[in-house]
Amino acid sequence: MNADVFPQVLPLYLGLSAALFSLGVIGVLVRRNAIIIFMSVELMLNSANLAFVAFARYWQQLDGQIIVFFVMVVAAAEVAVGLAVIVAIFKTKKSINVDDISLMKG
Amino acid sequence: MFGVVGAVALATAIAMVTSRSAIYSALFLVLNLCSIAVFFLILGGPFIAVVQVSVYAGAIMVLFLFVIMLLGAEHTPGEQHLPWQPAVAVLLALVLLGMTGYTLWRTVPGWSTVAAAPAELPGSPEAIGKLLFSSYLFPFEVTSVLLLVALVGAVVMTRDTK
Repeated sequence: MNADVFPQVLPLYLGLSAALFSLGVIGVLVRRNAIIIFMSVELMLNSANLAFVAFARYWQQLDGQIIVFFVMVVAAAEVAVGLAVIVAIFKTKKSINVDDISLMKG
Repeated sequence: MFGVVGAVALATAIAMVTSRSAIYSALFLVLNLCSIAVFFLILGGPFIAVVQVSVYAGAIMVLFLFVIMLLGAEHTPGEQHLPWQPAVAVLLALVLLGMTGYTLWRTVPGWSTVAAAPAELPGSPEAIGKLLFSSYLFPFEVTSVLLLVALVGAVVMTRDTK
């Protein structure tokens, strides 16, 4: 695939990115398991990464790939803190069903 | 090539969202991340693709699997407190997909007239590193602090206070 035909392919990448993002939204809204909700958030982050890299290819700018690098770092930090929160909740509630942890206190 | 990898990405994403077991979900997500890494390779970002496989599909997913095994939470809880909620959620997600697709469809002609530069995109580690340590030096340092804060936060939150 050379640069001349890529502008015609870009909408395909963005459409795939939108579809993956919507699947992630469905996962966050439908699933009750907190870990699977986190994995759906990862899916949404990755669909955004795909769009970033596709646009980087389109504009021939490396900045999009740098942004993807930063998104990965933020995702790693988010996973570390989020899984720590889930472990802490599981210690007190013995459950990771998000319906069971709807109370702020108690 | 795009069709095959795209089909794999979509199928693994659907399987991840619908799978009953959290472990299967995590493994499908690994496959999905790998297919997106293939896209990164196609789009001229070999460094980003390797980082995707090693950091995302490697480190982060191992962390996920570790926590799933640690909590013994393979079997996802089935009962819903709001029985109508999944249908509404799927409907709203389809509305979101429709809106993004409509925006895409409306703006596509504008893109094809804007000609992209014909030069090859060098997403090599060398080029990425040069950009990262010149224009993006300050964000790079900030992310290092962010990772440190996340590390300390995770340790503090899971520590036994007794």
